[in-house]
Amino acid sequence: MKAGRLALASNLAVLAAGLAVLFGLPAFAETYLIINSTIFAAFSILALSLALIWGYAGILCFGQAAFFGLGGYTYAVAAINMGETTLPALIAVLLPALFAGLLGYFMFWGRISDVYLGVITLTVSLIFYRFVNQTAGEQWNIGDAPLGGFNGIPSTPILNWPGRPGDQLAPEDIFALSVSLLLVLYLGCKFLLGTRFGRIIVAIRENETRAELLGYDVRLYKLAIFMMGGAMAGLSGLLFANSVFVSPTMFSLPVSGQIIIWIIIGGLGTLIGPVIGCIFMQILTNWLGTLSQVKGFGWIDPNLVLGVLLVIFVLLVPRGLTGLTIDFWSWLKGLASPAPTDTATARERTDP
Amino acid sequence: MDYFVILLLQIGSAIASLVLLSIGLAVIFGMMRVINLAHGEFLMLGGYAAITAYNHGVNLWLAMMLVAPLTVGIFGAVVERLVIRHLYGRLIDTMLATWGLSLAMIGFVTVVFGNTVSGISAPLGSLSIGAYRTGAYEIFLIGIAALLLVVGWLVLRFTRHGLISRGTMQNPAMAAALGTNPSAVYAATFAVGSALSGLAGGLLAPLSGVVPTIGSAYIAKAFITVISGGAAILSGTAIASTLLGAINTLATFAFTSVLGEVALLVAAVVLLRLLPQGITGRFFRRAL
Repeated sequence: MKAGRLALASNLAVLAAGLAVLFGLPAFAETYLIINSTIFAAFSILALSLALIWGYAGILCFGQAAFFGLGGYTYAVAAINMGETTLPALIAVLLPALFAGLLGYFMFWGRISDVYLGVITLTVSLIFYRFVNQTAGEQWNIGDAPLGGFNGIPSTPILNWPGRPGDQLAPEDIFALSVSLLLVLYLGCKFLLGTRFGRIIVAIRENETRAELLGYDVRLYKLAIFMMGGAMAGLSGLLFANSVFVSPTMFSLPVSGQIIIWIIIGGLGTLIGPVIGCIFMQILTNWLGTLSQVKGFGWIDPNLVLGVLLVIFVLLVPRGLTGLTIDFWSWLKGLASPAPTDTATARERTDP
Repeated sequence: MDYFVILLLQIGSAIASLVLLSIGLAVIFGMMRVINLAHGEFLMLGGYAAITAYNHGVNLWLAMMLVAPLTVGIFGAVVERLVIRHLYGRLIDTMLATWGLSLAMIGFVTVVFGNTVSGISAPLGSLSIGAYRTGAYEIFLIGIAALLLVVGWLVLRFTRHGLISRGTMQNPAMAAALGTNPSAVYAATFAVGSALSGLAGGLLAPLSGVVPTIGSAYIAKAFITVISGGAAILSGTAIASTLLGAINTLATFAFTSVLGEVALLVAAVVLLRLLPQGITGRFFRRAL
């Protein structure tokens, strides 16, 4: 089967690219670049989490930052209290998943649909943001860990090797961990979407009523995928906490929105698109940040560029960079050989 | 007794500010089903318009109640023609495009005015009730909010324009067949909604000051008020504002102002779980 071979080839290509970055980058890059790439990898996992639940399950979560921040804070608080970081890292993935379960129960069993769901998730992440922002002072200590209000927890502990408290991972190790996790999760999501469960998820996105009439409990499936997204976002928060530190901005509206921009620019309904979109946008934002210090370009504000870019993509490139590449590719093929029929292109587009 | 009066005034003022924050959104979202995520920035723009006009010597009342709504109304009309018009019926896409617009507006205003708080002092001085003092301007805002709701109801209920806009929102194809131009009605509605947001932004500027990022403080409150309100835009907004404003103020008095806001947001989430269609989706269904 041609489609099967193509999927295998693309998976292998991603694997090869990932391994190349994993082993190639530390050979020549400075620590600064390594840490930056770790942040990119952590954000890419975040992008992947929303790509899964929005792109494939059709759940537009405007508050993915809530799980991201929750993961980071859980890790920081648990690690400060326990000293050893293996268990806190596990909790930092489990707690956001459980919280996603609770929130998902509220929403999916309440039959809350797209817009309302977006507003509720947005509100929840704002509640976290407001709440954590005002937690300065003694009364907000959890065990030994001060939540630190607006300043966050600058002394977020670094992961140690399992079972050896105090033996911290070097930035290179955290980089290797983040990139490997990103690769594993990417391929894991690919695999998941090929299973029976994944196909039902996509069926629900395509037509919820029909899936329900075929006998699937839509609420349960949505809850399961939503919890997986929550766990991945929590993991991303944990990795982010290890390369920066935790602060209330992790919960903020710009973070939630950023993820959506990555997906729109990369291409909704794909897994690789959001990751590419994330890395592309992070590099662009960093570059714009340095540009504003150059004389004559000081007026350029990153928000302005991001905003205009988002409007342009929504209006003119609704399928994102991935869609653009596919269109360009079939246009090239069309130049080389007689034009493909309409049905062939249509099938190519709907293929996940 | 005095304490009680002050508490009531505070509740009234919280309700009024919720009404002001959400009325423009209620018109745009409630009538056109357009999720305007740049709503907070429309308010912010209104605030900046009022302050800039005032600093250039315009009378404060004129600046707040004429310059601000006009500026934002015109801006809204331009945005509708350039962006929103292409996205009617595509809910998620409008949401994303307006979110991009909101980012761009924050960036633009930061470039022009700088990332600092600008403000004007509230007019009308203060008023003493027993041992307590409160701003007379806040009482004025309660009046304005009530007035806006009443005028809005009168326009929708009794004028030809109100009838045409309600008809177009219910069934654009039928309205078009009867000789109206839905595209023009949508444009006008969006402009009116924007102007209302501008008015609110101008009126709230003396109380809160303005920063380029102030929109994000407004947007969630505005959205949950409108969505909790449900299908009937005016009465829904009024009822939801009353409920949420009261909860906010009582929690603020009992705990801290941050917990007051958290209580408001939690109440809204629970409310939407119980009444997914909003308050007027279940009760007062025939109201406006």
